[in-house]
Amino acid sequence: MTADVSSVQPKLLLFAAAAVVLILLALLPPFIGLYQTQLLIYGLIAAIAALGFNLLLGYTGLLSFGHSAFFGIGAYSVAFLLRDAGIRSMELYILIGLPVAALTSALFGYICVRHTRIFFGILTLALSQVLWTLTYKFFWVTGGSDGLRVARPTLLAGMVSFTGRDAFQRFINGYYYYVLAVFAICVVIMWVIVHSPFGKALQAIRDNETRAAFLGLRIRRFRWVAFLISGTFTGLAGILWVPLNGLTTPEVLYWPFSGEIVFMTLLGGFRNFTGPIVGGILFTYLKTYAVAATEYWQLLLGVVLVLLVMLLPTGIVGAISAAATKLRWKEKPA
Amino acid sequence: MSILIIQILNSLFYASVLFLIAAGLSLIFGVMRIVNMAHGTFYAVGAFVTAWLVGRASALGVPAGWTFLLIPVGAGAVALLGIAIEPLLRPFYRRAEEYQLLVTFGLLLILEDVIRFLWGGLPLSADPVMDVLPSVRFGGLIYPGYNLVVIAIGVAGAIGLWAVIYRTKFGVMLRATSQDRRMASALGLNVGLVYVSAFAIGCFMAGLGGAIIVPTQTAVLGMGIDALILAFVVVVIGGLGSLQGALVGALIVSFVRTAGIQFFPEVELAVLYLIAAVVLLVKPTGLFGTA
Repeated sequence: MTADVSSVQPKLLLFAAAAVVLILLALLPPFIGLYQTQLLIYGLIAAIAALGFNLLLGYTGLLSFGHSAFFGIGAYSVAFLLRDAGIRSMELYILIGLPVAALTSALFGYICVRHTRIFFGILTLALSQVLWTLTYKFFWVTGGSDGLRVARPTLLAGMVSFTGRDAFQRFINGYYYYVLAVFAICVVIMWVIVHSPFGKALQAIRDNETRAAFLGLRIRRFRWVAFLISGTFTGLAGILWVPLNGLTTPEVLYWPFSGEIVFMTLLGGFRNFTGPIVGGILFTYLKTYAVAATEYWQLLLGVVLVLLVMLLPTGIVGAISAAATKLRWKEKPA
Repeated sequence: MSILIIQILNSLFYASVLFLIAAGLSLIFGVMRIVNMAHGTFYAVGAFVTAWLVGRASALGVPAGWTFLLIPVGAGAVALLGIAIEPLLRPFYRRAEEYQLLVTFGLLLILEDVIRFLWGGLPLSADPVMDVLPSVRFGGLIYPGYNLVVIAIGVAGAIGLWAVIYRTKFGVMLRATSQDRRMASALGLNVGLVYVSAFAIGCFMAGLGGAIIVPTQTAVLGMGIDALILAFVVVVIGGLGSLQGALVGALIVSFVRTAGIQFFPEVELAVLYLIAAVVLLVKPTGLFGTA
């Protein structure tokens, strides 16, 4: 019981820190300019995708190499809703796109959680590539390699729309706060999930499957639900991404994009709650600047990835928190 | 009738190349327990090196018949590349699978750009090799003689690999290491050497696959990434780490693909991935896998 009392204060501290970060993020756009704001939106969206992905990798211990599928499903849902149903409202995109992403992840998850480790990875990879090749081949539905264009949506049930003069500037600034709000909600939901009994059960399964089974946990069911939640979060990221990008192509379904999601999670650190958030934002900057700096940006990213796995396997957040723990030990030796 | 023969030959041609890639992937996994995501890129390197060498040789006026010899040279270059890269992987043998996957994924990103750096983004071709051999007639249809050579190389590769693994002392060492690395090491085997050799052979096979296919098509960026997924499908169907599995898997994938291009071109690749998924569900270890 004493543990509960002493853990109240760090928790409060954490919430205060999160609130401060959120306020800082909200105050940022006027200072950093339009281009940086746009980049930051991409970063926040990547953070949502990685946050969802990490529920599987960090908390359930399953490495998916097929999360591009859910990102792509989200993106293409929006494109279809606009083209075939003429829907322009962001809220409707989310309301309709989320169940689509959830259904797809439920279906994929149902198949994939029958395996773990390497076979799980290959299975997710194979299934995501089914979607990729279908998108590629059925070009009269999906636009093929040209992809589908997506116009700027209206926000807040059509109250805010972006046409006329300075439309792009207003869209970026408005959309930043929109995505920031969704991001904050996602973080809170994910926080609640991983700290709930359900989240604890996932971690128990990750650490020792046999023991968890003896405790009466229905392992496959838990993994399936985790997969579903994880895919839905990544799908939401796809939904948010496409109006900003203005175009969706089969590239977002192709498996190297899944690799990027894994990469960003690892960059931040998958044994941390905040790791994938930091990783998603950092990766976006890293990739953008690498692409701008050199034609051989893949090489740069590859080298970073190899070094990361070698030297910082717990990611940036993991390394910082390890350093912080060490410092605290030095200050007051037990 | 002759169309059917040509389609069967096409499937066998395709199966030969796919077998070489998949067998290398499977061998590396079987011995080293690493799923090498950069494996497809080794295949691409083989194609690029061979196409480049053939282009150089033609420019220097080497008779086209001699350019055949450049195919094993291209494959050998990939084996050397593998020997150079293997030490990089050593720290990861004892680490979790996630890290191994990621490190080879990083390797893939690096190698793809190295290819682009060395040969630019343009496709490279090695037509002279293909033009050396006359075409063969089947009924009213003609078929390139070179494709028959590729099938022969695929068959020779399968027999050669089988002979090395099951009929030589080195094969015994490979299999012993694959079954129990620590026991093999305790019995005095130089496990490190076995690892380098296995990785080099695996890379050689991937490089050979690239080297023999490049005269019939061009070497393009991204060909390795596509090939890797197909090789995955093959080893998943056949069983990771199994030689017979790679052979049967390559045949299944090639025949389904040939039929697919003929009858259901839109979903041809999707069907392959679905077959892989179904096999994983019904028999996770693949048709011939044990582990």
